[in-house]
Amino acid sequence: MTPAAVLAATPMSTGEMWVFIPLGILALVGALGMVAARNAVHSALFLVLTMLCLGVFYIVQSGPFLGVAQIIVYTGAIMMLFLFVLMLVGRDASDSLIETLRGQRVAAILLGVGFAGLVCVGLGRALAGTTAKGLAEANSAHGGNVQGLASLLFTRYVFAFEVTSALLITAAVGAMLLAHIERRKGERPTQPEQMRARFAPGNYPAPKAGPGVYATSDSVATAGLLPDGTLAARSIPEILPPRELTSSETAPKGTDR
Amino acid sequence: MEHTVQFAPATGLLSGMWLLVALPAVSAAVLLLLGRRADRWGHWLGCLSVGAAFVLGLLSFFALRGQENRAVQLNLWEFISAGSFRVDFGLLFDPLSAVFVLLITGVGFLIHVYAVGYMEHDEGRRRFFGYFNLFVAAMLVLVLGNNYVMTFLGWEGVGLASYLLISFWYVRPSAATAGKKAFLMNRVGDAAFVIAIFLLFAQLGTVNFDGVANQVHTLSSGVTLMLGLLLLLGATGKSGQFPLTAWLPDAMEGPTPVSALIHAATMVTGGVYLIARSNFIFTANSTLQLVVVSVGALTLLIGAIIGCAKDDIKRVLAWSTVSQIGYMFLGVGLGGAAYALAIVHLLAHGFFKAGLFLGAGSVMHGMRDQVDIRRFGGLWKYMKITWVTFGLAWLAIIGLPPLSGFFSKEPIIVAAFERKDWTAWLFGIAALLGAGLTAFYMTRLFMLTFHGPKRWTDDIEHPHESPPIMTIPLVLLAVGSVAAGGLMVGPVPKWLTPVLGHEVRGEAVLAHSAITILAIAVTLIGAGLAYLLFRDGTATAPQPAGALVTAARKNLYIDAFNEAVFEKPGIFLTRALVFLDGKGIDGAVNGIAASVGGGSGRLRRLQTGFVRSYAMSMLTGALLVVAAFLAVQYGWFA
Amino acid sequence: MTLTPEWYLLLAAALFTIGAVGVLIRRNAIVLFMCVELMLNAANLALVTFSRINGTLDGQIIAFFVMVVAAAEVVVGLAIIMSIFRTRRSASVDDSNLLKY
Repeated sequence: MTPAAVLAATPMSTGEMWVFIPLGILALVGALGMVAARNAVHSALFLVLTMLCLGVFYIVQSGPFLGVAQIIVYTGAIMMLFLFVLMLVGRDASDSLIETLRGQRVAAILLGVGFAGLVCVGLGRALAGTTAKGLAEANSAHGGNVQGLASLLFTRYVFAFEVTSALLITAAVGAMLLAHIERRKGERPTQPEQMRARFAPGNYPAPKAGPGVYATSDSVATAGLLPDGTLAARSIPEILPPRELTSSETAPKGTDR
Repeated sequence: MEHTVQFAPATGLLSGMWLLVALPAVSAAVLLLLGRRADRWGHWLGCLSVGAAFVLGLLSFFALRGQENRAVQLNLWEFISAGSFRVDFGLLFDPLSAVFVLLITGVGFLIHVYAVGYMEHDEGRRRFFGYFNLFVAAMLVLVLGNNYVMTFLGWEGVGLASYLLISFWYVRPSAATAGKKAFLMNRVGDAAFVIAIFLLFAQLGTVNFDGVANQVHTLSSGVTLMLGLLLLLGATGKSGQFPLTAWLPDAMEGPTPVSALIHAATMVTGGVYLIARSNFIFTANSTLQLVVVSVGALTLLIGAIIGCAKDDIKRVLAWSTVSQIGYMFLGVGLGGAAYALAIVHLLAHGFFKAGLFLGAGSVMHGMRDQVDIRRFGGLWKYMKITWVTFGLAWLAIIGLPPLSGFFSKEPIIVAAFERKDWTAWLFGIAALLGAGLTAFYMTRLFMLTFHGPKRWTDDIEHPHESPPIMTIPLVLLAVGSVAAGGLMVGPVPKWLTPVLGHEVRGEAVLAHSAITILAIAVTLIGAGLAYLLFRDGTATAPQPAGALVTAARKNLYIDAFNEAVFEKPGIFLTRALVFLDGKGIDGAVNGIAASVGGGSGRLRRLQTGFVRSYAMSMLTGALLVVAAFLAVQYGWFA
Repeated sequence: MTLTPEWYLLLAAALFTIGAVGVLIRRNAIVLFMCVELMLNAANLALVTFSRINGTLDGQIIAFFVMVVAAAEVVVGLAIIMSIFRTRRSASVDDSNLLKY
């Protein structure tokens, strides 16, 4: 019998209690933090905290396999996927403080409190006085939690298991379809096309000149000088002086011969 | 019934009697279908077809005289066959049909010829003749049918032709309305006629005249009464009798030849024909006869009283027609010998009333379609032929011996006095009074039109006599007006004996000679009174008058009564139904739709497009579900 | 003071509610998704606790399936968010509100 199995006997042992109280508080803090954090990355990190706590709870409640899976699959894979997407979308995409739906926030909180209250009252009344059997017996029947889960999974729940595999495949293919941007052959410019575009009138084929370096200023906002002494507009970023090429600049210079 | 009615099959010339109907019918079809291509010669074709039908009618008449059984029928084809119900398209040529055929085609021919002149300047003349021929064909079907369904076929046909011709000048609202009025009021009578036919079939299983005549004695008196009343209502509708009298005067909106042929000489006598043809039903029930007599007496007085007060030459003649047909109803109601007398009066009336109408048309022709007798006067100098013929017809209608009216009307008055009980006095005096009134209003009409000072409107300088094509028919009809009565009063009742039974004279409550003298006396009094009153003309504007004259000018409030009792409630009912339909039924339907639509319009505002709103409603739902679970589980609401 | 395993359930209820409220009040689609994940996790905690109370492993099995399904859901959901972001340059769920009355 593993120590975890011993802990699962009812009621909570003192050790379990000391695990539950701080981690439970931490999990709540993580959950609240996730909802409250304005920055989506912070939200994700708060969620990771909560999930880790839950993983520990699983282990404490005689479910080492689920606990480990929670930590590896959720916090490791899924939450990383979240962070990955967050980075793609732009982590600055934080919520504005202005609520667009009138009364939504207040109503949501009231509803939440009411819902939680109802469920807690219901749970309290329903489960008062029940005794937990503990999983010691079930886990030891097959020689351990993982073996017990495996024997159930591949016997009674084998059909659901197979269906789940189909679901996973479908989800993977679906995600690929959704995320994939298809480029047809014709849409992609060929090398000769790219070269022609580079030397086409209106485009400057050579590398752009760097900004000017002067005794008074070496800012990127100061344009460099051309051999004829005029300022090279192309040497500073486009956003600074929004201007177009003049006709003399777009005229062929004999380089394309 | 002691003797059975039997019709012999038609042979020889009589087997061609279908041509009587076919000639005008084909002519009508040609005129109406060829359209404008027939404009140049269409009127002559119309006259020719009716003339040919008249010649054929005469030949058939003489052929019938040579027959032993003076009733021949010709079943052309099976008309309707449904189960045990079988109606043949059958024609019957018997003495009654024969006299009607001669009247319709003879007078009809003359009026056709007259109309060629009268309608000369009307661009719808070809259409007019098409309708006119259609009318003649339908009228011949009416009088030649050998069963009630055929009669009804013709009955509806003449109704249609009448409607088309009354509203011939359909651009005039008054003419269109008059046509509608005639059509609608006729529908009332026609519905009764149809129900009578249904009843006949239901009770006897046949609608053939011979079958009904032979079996009518098997019917209970109640059924006979019902049948007779329905037929009577049908007859009153077609003949403009009380209570369906109001349409006939308005029918004068049509061209004058129409008034002469349809609304004086032939179609309106269809009711008399129907009752005479159904004499076996009416004879079988004395109550029925009393009703018919009452209708006749009442109508003849109504027509005469209103006729005295009218100023429109055609309206006076129309009310006169109503009154004279009242005499005929009186005759057919009295039964026995009076059936034949009514037919004689019908024939004589056909002549002199057609003559009067055509004369009126001739006057209007010369006076730029003026119809107000207050605007005539002194015309005798300008239209001599019209004056003479109109005068002869006038003397005929007021019943002055030895003209035809005397011979045809006086016997009916005598017959009215021959009733068995006190009603002899009632109806006899009503008939006498009617004769006096007839004399009064016809004399008034004649004096105001042809004598006295000129009261013409300013636009008339020199009234002219009508062309010969109009005056020749006038002359011929005048000859008929003079001679018809005297010639027919003897032979025609004998001729009609096979149909209407033997002449059985009752005992009059007064001596025959006394009645005759009385009749002539009231006629002379009425005519003299009118002469004295109107020899110097009359005012051209309406004069204030007493209650009776005002009532008479307003058609004795018959129109007002119809309007108040039938039209107004009908309109109100229609409006109520429209309102109920619009606000109630449509309102309910549309209201439900609108409330659903409006409610949906508001409900759809919940579809904000914001996912979070939807999520909120989901959470609310979850909350409610949990609350419900707990409530049920712990009985919080129990 | 002794605590019974029901306290895990109460904690799960609290976490679930926090997740639900988060779904309602956050607008960033990715954060929204995280809140959904939190709700799933709260459910998982409840399942594991039930498993313990009942003394069978079925609850854990179901929690396992929930995890798998959640993983699939996250993959598809994030892909959807990505494609929406690519076309609209926004990850706010309030900006995708064209499907309305």
